[in-house]
Amino acid sequence: MTVKQQFVTIALCVVATMITRFLPFIVFSDKKPTPRYIQYLGKVLPPAIFGMLVIYCLKNVEILSGSHAIPELISILVVIALHFYKRQMLISIAGGTIAYMLLVQLVF
Amino acid sequence: MQTKSDKKYILKAARAAFPYTIPIFAGFWFLGITYGIYMNVSGFSFIYPAIMSLTIFGGSLQFVAVEMLLSAYAPLQTLIMTLMIQARHIFYGISMLDKYKNMGWKKFYLIFGLCDESFSIIYSVDVGEDIDKGWFMFFVTLFNHFYWFSGATLGGILGSLVSFNTKGLEFVMTAMFVVIFLEQWLKEKKHYSSLIGIMVSVVCLYLFGAESFIVPTMVGILFLLTVFRKPIEKVGGLE
Repeated sequence: MTVKQQFVTIALCVVATMITRFLPFIVFSDKKPTPRYIQYLGKVLPPAIFGMLVIYCLKNVEILSGSHAIPELISILVVIALHFYKRQMLISIAGGTIAYMLLVQLVF
Repeated sequence: MQTKSDKKYILKAARAAFPYTIPIFAGFWFLGITYGIYMNVSGFSFIYPAIMSLTIFGGSLQFVAVEMLLSAYAPLQTLIMTLMIQARHIFYGISMLDKYKNMGWKKFYLIFGLCDESFSIIYSVDVGEDIDKGWFMFFVTLFNHFYWFSGATLGGILGSLVSFNTKGLEFVMTAMFVVIFLEQWLKEKKHYSSLIGIMVSVVCLYLFGAESFIVPTMVGILFLLTVFRKPIEKVGGLE
């Protein structure tokens, strides 16, 4: 690829990304009232998105081979347990991450 | 009298935003440095990861873009691939229509930097009355943007010179999303949407595979939320 072609490729990545980010704000501007259906979606989508993002993070975990997702499962349980115990976002995240690092470096 | 442009006022929002971005700092530096190193060993100057992190600001796409830059020139394919990988941002925008209203010049930057992590923090954190929401959202976005940019640039400069045992550190992102999901779960009375999100994602991941399950998942979520709109709205319980 020439430098110019690289430039176009990167520019296309930028443009397409910005389309996905700006689209809802362009279609539903501040000036007009947002349709009821879209307001409904804005309210109910986030819980589903958070669920999707958890699965998205785990998408490359192999259940049938390797460590059979055991380190992931244990670490997520650590995150949940810590969160119920302290309810401190940073403690839950740090604890789960340290548990995972120890598991994949020392155990599995 | 405090005004909205008061320095103290702005600083207060920055201080409130910072702690929430610490896990993202860990995750973005790890992923960003990894990405920078990957670009470096693929033969690109650090200028590439630096510029791409500033302008694209999207982790998974930037990793895929390395492949794109190394393959034959295919602009149309690049465009379609990018739209598919980044499609989930449309959902973030729809959810942020209200929060980003009346944000003036900040709005442009907030939308520009609306990545998974900024969305999750901004949507789920309730900052309270004495902190300006606009500046808070601005700083969450700015800090995240800076972590990603600096990590990727650093990785691009250091290249493969560094080797340290950070195996497993990438889990920090998973842990963060689990916590945010959990917080949402504890906050809501009924879990229709949370359950729909998890179940549709798992089914689509199984059916379509890791590389192409996001778009079908989005369609599935939209479909179920639309079909069950009446019962979901009836129970309310979505706050």
